Amino acid sequence: MRLQYPTNVRVIQLPCSGRVDILHLLRSFEDGVDGVYVAGCMEGDCHFLTGNLKARRKVEYVKKVLGSLGIEPERIEMYNMSSAQGPRFAEVAREFTERIKELGPSPVGKAQAA
Amino acid sequence: MIVGDSKPLEEILSMIEGRDKVLVLGCRGCVTVCNVGGEKEVGILASALRIARKKDGLPPTVDEMTLERQCDPEYIEELAEVANKYDAIVSIACGVGPQFVAERFGDVAVFPGINTTFIGGALEHGVWAERCQSCGNCLVHNFGGLCPIARCSKSLMNGPCGGSDSGNCEISPDVPCVWDQIVKKMAVMGRLEELEQVWPNKNWLTARDGGPRKRVREDLKQ
Repeated sequence: MRLQYPTNVRVIQLPCSGRVDILHLLRSFEDGVDGVYVAGCMEGDCHFLTGNLKARRKVEYVKKVLGSLGIEPERIEMYNMSSAQGPRFAEVAREFTERIKELGPSPVGKAQAA
Repeated sequence: MIVGDSKPLEEILSMIEGRDKVLVLGCRGCVTVCNVGGEKEVGILASALRIARKKDGLPPTVDEMTLERQCDPEYIEELAEVANKYDAIVSIACGVGPQFVAERFGDVAVFPGINTTFIGGALEHGVWAERCQSCGNCLVHNFGGLCPIARCSKSLMNGPCGGSDSGNCEISPDVPCVWDQIVKKMAVMGRLEELEQVWPNKNWLTARDGGPRKRVREDLKQ
């Protein structure tokens, strides 16, 4: 398929989106990343039944934490797509990258660089 | 177990404002079981505080430590070598933890990172309910094993009151009327006539009303 998507997106593979942990997400922001999104399977299609639903709840939790810290909650998002949806994967990568570009660099990364 | 709720991050941030070196201190007791103050929650709170500090260009020193318990002096003693390195210790144990730490280390500022809410149990994962008010004189066997002190909004010993509505308490449809449950349970057990006993006023001296409580076990005391 050889689809193009922005080179700034770093993919971290997990056995299931349910494996993602609040700490994984928070530590990314601690290290200064501008945004994180979790790409899980379609809701209702989880091989482990509820992994992607649990991932969404963790993303929602981190959104609240970021909001409390005065950081835009839009910097983290949950997306659902099937493994057969290559074009959608590339589309989401572009869509999220655009969103982060509009938000600008993370205030954490900016303070660290200064 | 003792159940608690995390304090809002904004409140914790304002507590530690102006204090450079912070230790987030967890407890492996009750608060670990109710997912509010164990090693995992120490990691999450410390990470959030570091993000806030980095964002504001402040020193990001927020260390993590979890004690076996914060309600026993021998475990608090594990802090002896490190406590003075910090400008603030945020204890996310129940209300006992910050007090034991503050009593042992007089010159370190200690802050509570959680609100201690009640003595209760887990109804399911992520849901806890109050079951005991530590009144100091347990009587649950008289009420089918259900506590009217902790679970009736009015702590009525001779219930139900007129506010019992279709099995729920008048304060909220989300609060079950424990007296409705008591009557149904006693009926199932064939012990309904036991409820005819009229209870006199409860002696609250064994509860908090008698002042702060202390217990000495001569057989254990060294």
